[in-house]
Amino acid sequence: MVHYGLFMALGLWIVAMSFASEYFLTWLNFLNVARQAAPIVIIAIGMTFVIATAGIDLSVGSLVAFTSCLAATWLADGTPLALVIPAILIVGTVAGIINGYFVTLALPAFVVTLAALVYLRGFAFVYSNGYAVPITNDLFLAIGRGQFLGVHIPIWIAAVVAIVGWFVVTKTRFGLYALAIGGREEAARLMGIKVERIKIAVYGATGFLAALGSIVISARLSNGSPNSGIMLELDVITATVLGGTSLFGGVARIGGTVAGVLFINFVRNGLNLMGVNPFWVQVVTGLILLLAVLLNTVVNRRVEEWARLGDTEREGQT
Amino acid sequence: MTVPFVEMHNISKRFGAVVALRRVNLILQNGEVLGLVGDNAAGKSTLMKILSGAYTPDAGEILVEGTTMKFENPISARTAGIEMIYQDYALVPQLTVTQNIFLGREHMRRRFGVATLDNRRMDSEAGTMFQMLGLRVSSVTSPVQELSGGQQQAVAIARATAFDAKLVIMDEPTASLGVPAIAKVRETIVRLKQNDVAVIMISHRLEDVFSVADRVIVMKHGQVVGMRDVSDTATDEIVHMIVAGTDPRQPAAPDDPEPS
Repeated sequence: MVHYGLFMALGLWIVAMSFASEYFLTWLNFLNVARQAAPIVIIAIGMTFVIATAGIDLSVGSLVAFTSCLAATWLADGTPLALVIPAILIVGTVAGIINGYFVTLALPAFVVTLAALVYLRGFAFVYSNGYAVPITNDLFLAIGRGQFLGVHIPIWIAAVVAIVGWFVVTKTRFGLYALAIGGREEAARLMGIKVERIKIAVYGATGFLAALGSIVISARLSNGSPNSGIMLELDVITATVLGGTSLFGGVARIGGTVAGVLFINFVRNGLNLMGVNPFWVQVVTGLILLLAVLLNTVVNRRVEEWARLGDTEREGQT
Repeated sequence: MTVPFVEMHNISKRFGAVVALRRVNLILQNGEVLGLVGDNAAGKSTLMKILSGAYTPDAGEILVEGTTMKFENPISARTAGIEMIYQDYALVPQLTVTQNIFLGREHMRRRFGVATLDNRRMDSEAGTMFQMLGLRVSSVTSPVQELSGGQQQAVAIARATAFDAKLVIMDEPTASLGVPAIAKVRETIVRLKQNDVAVIMISHRLEDVFSVADRVIVMKHGQVVGMRDVSDTATDEIVHMIVAGTDPRQPAAPDDPEPS
């Protein structure tokens, strides 16, 4: 029920904004919002898996900055694109695997990835000396700016990632085991699930997707910058939690995550179109995160208790 | 005399300075129902966790159908036909009934060249499983957290008995249940026995042991105090053995002052 609440809120906001601004309900505006949302969706799919295992990854924004600096510098040095892209994806995956490894040592994911948030952005500044590096490779820029069938490439990439994410959660052993670990790690272990391996893979996949998101972002902005992706982890976490993926693990909702990202971006877009002071946008984003956590924990628990109570009453009658 | 299904010889286990088990022996025939009783910290659960592969013993030997086994983890014990129903059922609350039953041994099928979960087949098998077991559960696609305690136990029982188990270990199966659910557990044990499946039941409730078990083993301080056929003893005698830690029919046996 809470899950569908987000879709209703998204629908209501779109309807309300359509009346508030004549520019809102246009194909161009929707494409624009979707293109901005695309890299967030890509990374949030990874975050959905991490949170479903009852973990968290705060380092994705810094990883975006670090990999964007690497990509821009390597391209400027004349490294072929066919080498740069796989190398960037490998760097992202390795950074994620390192997070995952420390998490399996029973360190809190919050602290492990907070450390990575700090050191990865540090690497980004060290590597770039603090300067944004412009990107001129046309083929690379096409990843962020090109279109296919009238829809921007980032949107296609995000759609593919979301579909694959949904497939993995609902149809594969890996997805099922990630949920089992998040729901009750001890039970998963007793049933023979290799808990450590799955956790490391989940953080590795999130690192991979952060690198992919980074490629999309730097291709759209045509530079690699150590200041890229600041506070991006908050958008990603807000969207995931808003979408109904449980902060306590065991539940993953890919569709909810996509809707959550769209909701945040449509709210920002609506406020922009109405000419609201941009500084307020940050206030609103913070409040949405608070609302998301509130729905995710308190309201969800109430609804579940209520549902369970209904069940036992019915059982008593039979 | 046929080969026993399980033999445990001289099993010892310590946790740091604490000796949990001291040279324990246990023999179990196919289809036999054994009650394992004793005070808290007598070593019952530790012994069963060793038999189910959750712990490895420091010393001693386990034989299944006459062959020496080394259980490194619960999977290897399960492969040998030994299943355990944990006291807290070890279910994942957010997963469905089906997902819990098949967790770790899912049916897969190929789709687009990828091994994917055959959810439809597992749901339908889980449904049949509950019908055959005569266990009632609202729907195999509901999350386990929405079920009552008795229904959750039904899921745990279905999981333990569905895959050709030869021995089912139950840790305090009646501890937190109401009267109808307890009756269900007893029925289940009787049914398993009829199918030649052995059962070991750890229990505090002697009436449960006396109602279904063939044999009782009493443990205290990590050792076996004594063993009785249920037909040949009474509650009083078992209570005496649990409390005193001695076997009244063997007054000579001292407390085994083993130098360890």
